[in-house]
Amino acid sequence: MTTGNRPLSPHMKIYKFPLNGLMSGSHRVTGILLSIGTLLFAYWLIAAAYGAESYETAQAFFGSWLGQLMLIGWTFCLYYHLVNGIRHLIWDMGKCLEKEDLIKTGRIGMAVTAVLTVATWIIGYSV
Amino acid sequence: MVEFNLPAGSDPVVGKTFKAPSGAKNVKVFKIYRYDPDSGNNPQIDTFEIDLDECGPMILDALIKIKNEIDATLTFRRSCREGICGSCAMNIDGTNTLACLKPIADVKGEVHIYPLPHMPVIKDLVPDLNLPYAQLRSVEPWMQADTPAPANQERLQSIEEREQLDGLWECILCFSCQTSCPSYWWNSDKYLGPAVLLQAYRWIADSRDEATGKRLDYLDDPFKVYRCHTIMNCTNTCPKGLNPGKAIAEIKKLQLQRQ
Repeated sequence: MTTGNRPLSPHMKIYKFPLNGLMSGSHRVTGILLSIGTLLFAYWLIAAAYGAESYETAQAFFGSWLGQLMLIGWTFCLYYHLVNGIRHLIWDMGKCLEKEDLIKTGRIGMAVTAVLTVATWIIGYSV
Repeated sequence: MVEFNLPAGSDPVVGKTFKAPSGAKNVKVFKIYRYDPDSGNNPQIDTFEIDLDECGPMILDALIKIKNEIDATLTFRRSCREGICGSCAMNIDGTNTLACLKPIADVKGEVHIYPLPHMPVIKDLVPDLNLPYAQLRSVEPWMQADTPAPANQERLQSIEEREQLDGLWECILCFSCQTSCPSYWWNSDKYLGPAVLLQAYRWIADSRDEATGKRLDYLDDPFKVYRCHTIMNCTNTCPKGLNPGKAIAEIKKLQLQRQ
């Protein structure tokens, strides 16, 4: 089957993604960010194993505003990926696949993610 | 393969503008994707100002008005104008749907109309659908049974068995779902796509069909079904309110259950 030199019709840039499509994309993005975050976590462990001085440097970085911001982002990604992953498990059981369910579980998922992230950091800062 | 940008020669450029007739009070702007295979030029976006007081209520009415009165070269598929033939599927206001079932009033502001996404364009709003049709053929969408049909009688189903086909038989093969799926955009060479998988499941779910094992065998590889990542654009876009995403989930469940 030949398609000759036909142009390809526009896709990504013209499609209005519904909530579930956007959340699916975010699932991928948070998954990638989590992998990068794991490298930072490994750096922290290695720094601790290396000795007091390197551990100080690592702690100073993670204690800076940039480090804190990255950690907050990392916990957000973790909870988002976890909660959305549970949605995927429910779908794999053939449940909650109606249009209304997609919106409802999507909103619940985002709310749970927000609550868990905020709660984690409230606890984190208060201990 | 994931490729966000269009290949060279596919990016639409700004096209012509057709002004509304003077005195028109209820003007709506339509921005429509045009591609002329004979010109050798890139596709372009033409602007049509339409007086809605002189136009029917649906997007298809506007397209027909443009073709009849403004630019006879505008090319699109249409037939039944009542949502049963599936010909006029296109991307309207960012979502795939049937032009005949989409009210103009549903679109706020300018109406952007493109062919079904990520398909080779034959002309204007007419995409080349050979690939999805070939994929449909590959799932053998007809009843297969070794048991001979009862003499002088149909193959009967119970009410419950017949209910298994509801939400499946209604598909009109417009391929709105097929071309709404990012997985299909990136992997259409190996992934069958939501419309074809809904058809595959329609025969798997049919109590009269005896080829279920063969059908599941055919679908059992890493790509044909499992490139579905439950993005659910298919279900969200289906102009007939069907649920291809759920049909795919049912296929995945059956694959697991028989292992």
